Parts: sequence; C-alpha cells; structure tokens
Amino acid sequence: MTLALVAQSLVSGLLMGLIYALVAAGLSLIFGLMDVVNFAHGELLMLAMFAAVVIFGLTGLDPIVQLPLVCALMFGLGALIYRGIIARALSLRFNRGMVQIFATFGLAIFIRGAAQFTFGGDFRSVSGTCLSNRTASFGAIYVPLPQLAASAVCLLAFAGLLLIGRTEFGRALEATREDRDAVALIGIDRDRIFAIGWGLGAATVGVAGVMLIAFYYVSPSVGANFAVIAYVTVALGGFGSILGALVAGIIIGEVEALTALVLEPSLKQVGMFAVYLAVLMVRPRGLFGKI
Amino acid sequence: MDAASPAAGKPADNAILRRRRQELWVGLAILLALSVLPLPIRDVYTQNLIIITILFAGLSQAWNILGGYCGQISLGHALYFGIGAYVSTLLFVNLGVPPTLGMFAGGVVAGLCALLVGWPCFRLSGHYYAIATVVVGEIGYLLFLNWDWVGAATGVFVPFKGESLIDLQFRTSKLPFHFVVLAFAAVTWIVAWLIEGSRWGFSWRAMRDDVVAARSLGVRVFPSKMAAAAISGFFTGIGGAIYAQYVGYIDPDSVLAGHLSILIALPAVLGGVGTLWGPLLGAAVLIPVSELSRSYLGGGGQGVDLMIYGGLIVAVSLARPAGLVSLLGVRRAPQA
Repeated sequence: MTLALVAQSLVSGLLMGLIYALVAAGLSLIFGLMDVVNFAHGELLMLAMFAAVVIFGLTGLDPIVQLPLVCALMFGLGALIYRGIIARALSLRFNRGMVQIFATFGLAIFIRGAAQFTFGGDFRSVSGTCLSNRTASFGAIYVPLPQLAASAVCLLAFAGLLLIGRTEFGRALEATREDRDAVALIGIDRDRIFAIGWGLGAATVGVAGVMLIAFYYVSPSVGANFAVIAYVTVALGGFGSILGALVAGIIIGEVEALTALVLEPSLKQVGMFAVYLAVLMVRPRGLFGKI
Repeated sequence: MDAASPAAGKPADNAILRRRRQELWVGLAILLALSVLPLPIRDVYTQNLIIITILFAGLSQAWNILGGYCGQISLGHALYFGIGAYVSTLLFVNLGVPPTLGMFAGGVVAGLCALLVGWPCFRLSGHYYAIATVVVGEIGYLLFLNWDWVGAATGVFVPFKGESLIDLQFRTSKLPFHFVVLAFAAVTWIVAWLIEGSRWGFSWRAMRDDVVAARSLGVRVFPSKMAAAAISGFFTGIGGAIYAQYVGYIDPDSVLAGHLSILIALPAVLGGVGTLWGPLLGAAVLIPVSELSRSYLGGGGQGVDLMIYGGLIVAVSLARPAGLVSLLGVRRAPQA
C-alpha cells in the first residue's frame, strides 16, 4: 500500500463524504425544525436523480445547468409532502412519533413503486455532460471532474444553508425550532415555516441528486443505500445540526474509503457503522447534537 | 366495548379481570377458527398466504412486546429473525440437531443478541435509538453477507431428510406448517396477554408513557427494557427458525435484509401498537394486500403493487393513528 494510494483514497473519501453530508443536511434540517425523521429521504434523492435524467433527455441541458430547475421542483415536492402528510401527522395527539416514521416509510414505498412504474427497473445515467470522463490530476492523485464539481457545489450549498441561518427567515426558523407554540404569538406562521423547511430539505437533497447523476447510476432502489448512510451521518453529527452533518459526512466518507482500502470493499459500510456506534457510546446525541 | 362502569364491590379489579377473561375467550375462538380455516382449502397459493400471514402476526406480536408495550421502536428486528433462522438451520445441517430443538437454540441466541444490542442502545432515546437499531441490523446483514462459514451471499440450503414432525419437514402438504405457525402465533399472543396483566406490563407501559414519572415510582428502566428486548428477540428468533424450515433455503437477503425489520414492525404499528389484537389485525390486512397486489399487479416489475402497499401504509397510519383495532372499538390497553 503506497502513500499515493492512501492519499487517493482520502481524496475520494472526502469527495463522496461531501455528497453524503449534503444528503444528510436536508434530513437534519427537517428533523431539527420539527422532530420528524423523513424515512423517504433516499427516495427524494432518487427522484431528483431521475428528474435530471428526464430533463437531460428532453432538453439536453447539462445537469449543472438544470440545478435551479430541479431544486425548484424538489422544493415544491417537499412542501407538498409537508402539506399532504406531515402536517396531518404533526396534528395528531396520539402516537405521533410512530405515525410519522411509518407514514414517511409508506411514502418511500409509494415513491419507489411510482418510479418503477414510470421508469422501469433499469439503471440510468447521464452521459456526455461537459465534465464526463475528464479528470484533473494533482501530482499522483487523480480526481474525476464530475466528483470535483459535485463537491464544490455541495460546499456552496452548505454555505447557502449556513447563510440562511443568518437571515430574518433563518431566525424565524430557529425560533420555531425552539418553541413551536410561542412563535405564533409573535406573528410567525408555523405551518408556512414548516412547509418551507420541508421545501428546503427536499431542495438540498435535490442538489445532491443532480450532482450525483453525472457519475452515479440511478434506479428506483438507489435511495435505500444513501438513506441508511444519511441516517448514520445525521445521528453521528447530531440531529438538527447542519455543521454536524457536514463534519459527520466527511468522517463517514473517509472511514468508508479507508475501510475499503484496508479490509474488503464489500465491508466498506461496516467500518462507518462501527465508527458511528462507537461515537454514539461516548456522545449519545452525536458530535454536535443539542436536541 | 361495554364501559367499565363501577359496579358494587371492587369495581376496577373486577372490570379488568372480566375484560382479560373475555380476551382469553376471544383468543380461543380465533384460534379454533384458524384451526379449521385451512381444512377446506386445497389451493396451495392460498394456503401459503395464510401461513405467511399467521407467521407475521406472531412475529409482529413479538416485536410488539418491545416496540409496543415497552415503547422502544426497534427497526432492526430482522437481525433476530435472521439469527434464529441461521442458528437453527446450521445446527440442523452441520450437527443434525432437529429444528424443533434448534429453534429454541436460535431463539436463545437471538435473545442474547437482543441483550447485546440493547446494552449500548437503550441509552439512546427516540430517533437515536431507532436509527441505531437500523444500523445494527445492517451490520448483521453485511457480516453474514461476507461470512463464508455461513454460506456468505450464497446462503444455506436445508436438506430434506424425510417427512418428519421433529425436523419440521413436510413435503406432501402445507397443512402441518399451518399448525406450526399457528402454535407460534398463539404462544406469542399468550405471552403478550400474560405480560399485559403482569407487574412487568404495567411498569413497561408506565415507562413508555413517562420515563421520569415511572422511575420515580420505582420502575427500574434499564432492566425493564432489557427484559422486553430479550423476550422479543427470543420469539422473533423462533419465528425465523420456523420460516427457515418452511422455505427450505436462507440467505442474508431473505432473512436479514433491512426491509424485513419493517415488515415485522408494520402489522403491529398499523394494527394497533401496544395492543393484543393489533398485530393480528394488522397482519390479516397488510400481508394479504401486499401478497395479492404483488401477484396480480406486480408482474414485470411494474411497481403498481408497491404504490398500493405504500399508499395503504400512509393512509392507515394517518387515518388511524391508534391502529386498525380502533375501528373495532376494542379498548386500548390501559394507558396514562
């Protein structure tokens, strides 16, 4: 095992970790706001990837150019899911926690079925983008451009998410998170904030999906893999913490890459799961968790 | 249900005892009905559907002991199911231990495993616990997938050693398996019934509804959760062992995959979590819908079956947060 190989692994781990982080950020945002774990999060990622494939097929627009469009679509979908399902689950007096888990889980199955119905079970991808098959090299380390672009966009998205936290809307978000009943007294429409929160969470995962499609295949079942990793990332970083999702995503990506290098590639997820469990033993609320 | 109107004497006690005796009679009636149900049925597909439904009613009742009565939403029960299946099958294949014994070994190992998982995970609360159980289940799946001694991804074939009750092997008819799974479901139901009326049941429910208050009344939270986990894991493991003998072949995808954890939990959740009848009712609705829609609409990977199944889950969980049992007017187990 040469030093170059280790460095190469570390770099790929970082690039993949940033994608994991962004997928997890959407989940964490929604959780932090209203204590809801979206078990259909992986399916939202899958839908965003399919959206990019379809739009590329229709218009030939490069995925990066599609970003605003797919984000807007995902935002609408997220808000719709909130209005249709989550708002109702939140209004229950009884068994609320369990209902939201299994309602979003049922939604995940539904979306998977709908995708299967619409697109079939084949794997699809977008090829021939402006970045496809191009690689940048830094010394002995090679970085495929689609991955590099994805990481850069992920970092920008994180900057955006953290900036939102500083705006008037971000403060309303934070206030709603702190006390969802008291905000009504100062004229914040809780329902609207929650809907926008869901929209943002879905748009965030939409960014990850669009960037992913340039170097990853999509099929109706692609969500499950990413979803488990996203839950681990969010729990490791601490539910509700955007910064935690970023740090935990990078850790998860690195651990995955190093496990694949040291053990077998088929065991790469065992490494990240073990690290997650170990951290949770020491910090039950994750690295940056406050809730 | 008739109101628990305070009659003369010791009203509350009598009402509860009467209700519990009533439940026992209803349970017996259902057991009898299910015993004669398969006799006129000759169609193998329907027989299989009934067997799977009853098996999942039992599994979900086992889940209910930890998830419902104790309130610990485990999304990793596939691990205990798979361990029960593997232990019993490997004992049978390698050492010739009959599965009627082997399934208890499988149950015990699964129960111990539940304790091992519970020991660190019960410190976590709410979603952190649920996600930790998902991850533990995934780890088990990945380890078995890469573990050559247990057949890795190829899995294990259960050799047919001749028609035998002690080996739980029946080729000529599915009928014997009907009674095996029925016995399994009946035992899990009785265990849940016993727990519901026991000191344990009361302290678990108290703990589920308010940890702090329960602790102040002297409920020892951690040992209670561990006890619930061990019982739940034990019966889930036994269910796995029976399933392995029934299908005659196991691999990580069929007995350890993550979606199985959800399949085990769903009947209890949609039927009525923390109730005696919830898992039964949930399984009776959910399993046939999923199997029938898959057979009639799932051809060619169309996905319509998944849409119906998923839609049903969303609709039931939103419309009936207390579960389908609330439609029957059956009273929920006493709750704060």
